[in-house]
Amino acid sequence: MSTPEQPAAPAAPKPTRIPPIVTLDAKFFWEGADKELFLGQKCGDCGEFRFPPRPMCPKCFSLKREEVPLSGKGKVHSWAIARHPPPFGFKEAPIIAVIELEEGTRFVSNVVGVAYDEVVQDMPVEVTFEPTMNNHKVPVFRPVKK
Amino acid sequence: MARKFTEAAIAGIGATEFSKESGRSELQLAAECAKAACDDAGISPHDIDGMITFTIDNSDEMMLARCLGVKDLAYTTRIPGGGAAAAGTIYQAMAMVNAGLCKNVLIWRAMNERSQYRFGQNPTNTTNYQSGNGTGSLLWCVPFGAMTPASWGALQAQRYMHKYGVTNRDLGLISVQQRQYAATNPKAWFYNKPITLEDHQNSKWIMEPLLRMLDCCQESDGGQAILVTSLERARDLKQKPVRILGATQSIPYNVEVISNYYHEDLTVMPEAQGVAGRLWDMVGLGPKDMQAAMIYDAFTPHVLLQLEGFGFCKPGEGKDFVKSGALAIDGILPTNTHGGLLGEAYIHGMNSMAEGVRQIRGTSVNQVKSVSNVLVSSGMAGAVLSVD
Repeated sequence: MSTPEQPAAPAAPKPTRIPPIVTLDAKFFWEGADKELFLGQKCGDCGEFRFPPRPMCPKCFSLKREEVPLSGKGKVHSWAIARHPPPFGFKEAPIIAVIELEEGTRFVSNVVGVAYDEVVQDMPVEVTFEPTMNNHKVPVFRPVKK
Repeated sequence: MARKFTEAAIAGIGATEFSKESGRSELQLAAECAKAACDDAGISPHDIDGMITFTIDNSDEMMLARCLGVKDLAYTTRIPGGGAAAAGTIYQAMAMVNAGLCKNVLIWRAMNERSQYRFGQNPTNTTNYQSGNGTGSLLWCVPFGAMTPASWGALQAQRYMHKYGVTNRDLGLISVQQRQYAATNPKAWFYNKPITLEDHQNSKWIMEPLLRMLDCCQESDGGQAILVTSLERARDLKQKPVRILGATQSIPYNVEVISNYYHEDLTVMPEAQGVAGRLWDMVGLGPKDMQAAMIYDAFTPHVLLQLEGFGFCKPGEGKDFVKSGALAIDGILPTNTHGGLLGEAYIHGMNSMAEGVRQIRGTSVNQVKSVSNVLVSSGMAGAVLSVD
């Protein structure tokens, strides 16, 4: 409930990041991200983690699946700075990275909170979330604090 | 009717001019290059009975068949995976002829990829992104600013470059070599426009610190067609037959085109290794038996990964192989002698298939001496073209 007496906080700048493109098989993931949950999918029978999400387990062919919170910890497996053309929705060139997660799957994301010349191969990172257009959130990764 | 195995051969190639603005419809480009391939072979377009293109080609089989007056189309199919389809079309055409299902298979790829839409630019709304065509995981890249083929390709190549100490300057040698070939090819967009390594190093970063502008293929308008028939029939047609000695495809588990980050070891190209294993086995030849190669060069690092995948050099030795001059006209493996997708045009790899045909015929503007076998590769598919 809003209280009309209190002055509204100064509006944060509107997010310009493009929102996720949601498919039926990955809906759980993006709904989780909106709530700042970083979810993975594993087989409901044999427990195998898989990414990208898919309706069937490639090991035991089970259709049972579990959406479980991941540790959010990983390492920078591959990375680059997107200079040209400037990616739509970014004020500064983003560091794009393939993150190798503790659980063994990989996830494309950004490395944030780090200067361009400070990114190191296999650097330990942890998940955080950034807002997008249309009130969604996406998982990004920052260096693990020492 | 009894079925038997029939050897396949390429009897015709045909292309439009390669430009940045064709000024006509993609269907017209398709019809023009198809007619040119039939004329080259000396067959009537009316007799085409099989048609193959890429899943993402915008022209419709029926409309193209109507343009060409095709009397009775026995087989149509499309290959997924963007440019990975290039050698895949040759593979399919071979199989269709081998099985005796078709006599005259037309392969085409025609697009206004520079003037009508831009493959290399990022769309500014989400509706332009779709999954499928073997590139389903692109959806997982877009919200993070990985919106262009160069960004996807760079992420695929970085770990390889890091592991083996491949620098952007190393990649520049590939661009310089291919632009040298393009400089003497009148059909190339960069005809008469060679570059130096310094030009390469002065071109702007696309994906820092991996890819500069001169590491990236062009965006082009144009069409390329290839006509495949039986070896026996090709011998009676206008051109010297180009045998499809063997061809295959490989899509190993968890591999996909370009957003290819989910298989085990990102410092190798498992799909090229898979193609190589099957292909060398099929034709009974190996890397040393190839006098030239046409290798899909959307981005320079992927040339190295394919050279290694096919066994032309060992893992990590691609940059030294290039430095030794191997890709030059007098090198061990003259490669992309038309200038490649960087230098000639980006007709999604099909123009590189056509250059493989010219090398076997002996009609390339940058003709390699005494050619018997040429490897054509689009990463997920490959073929060995040979003299009859």
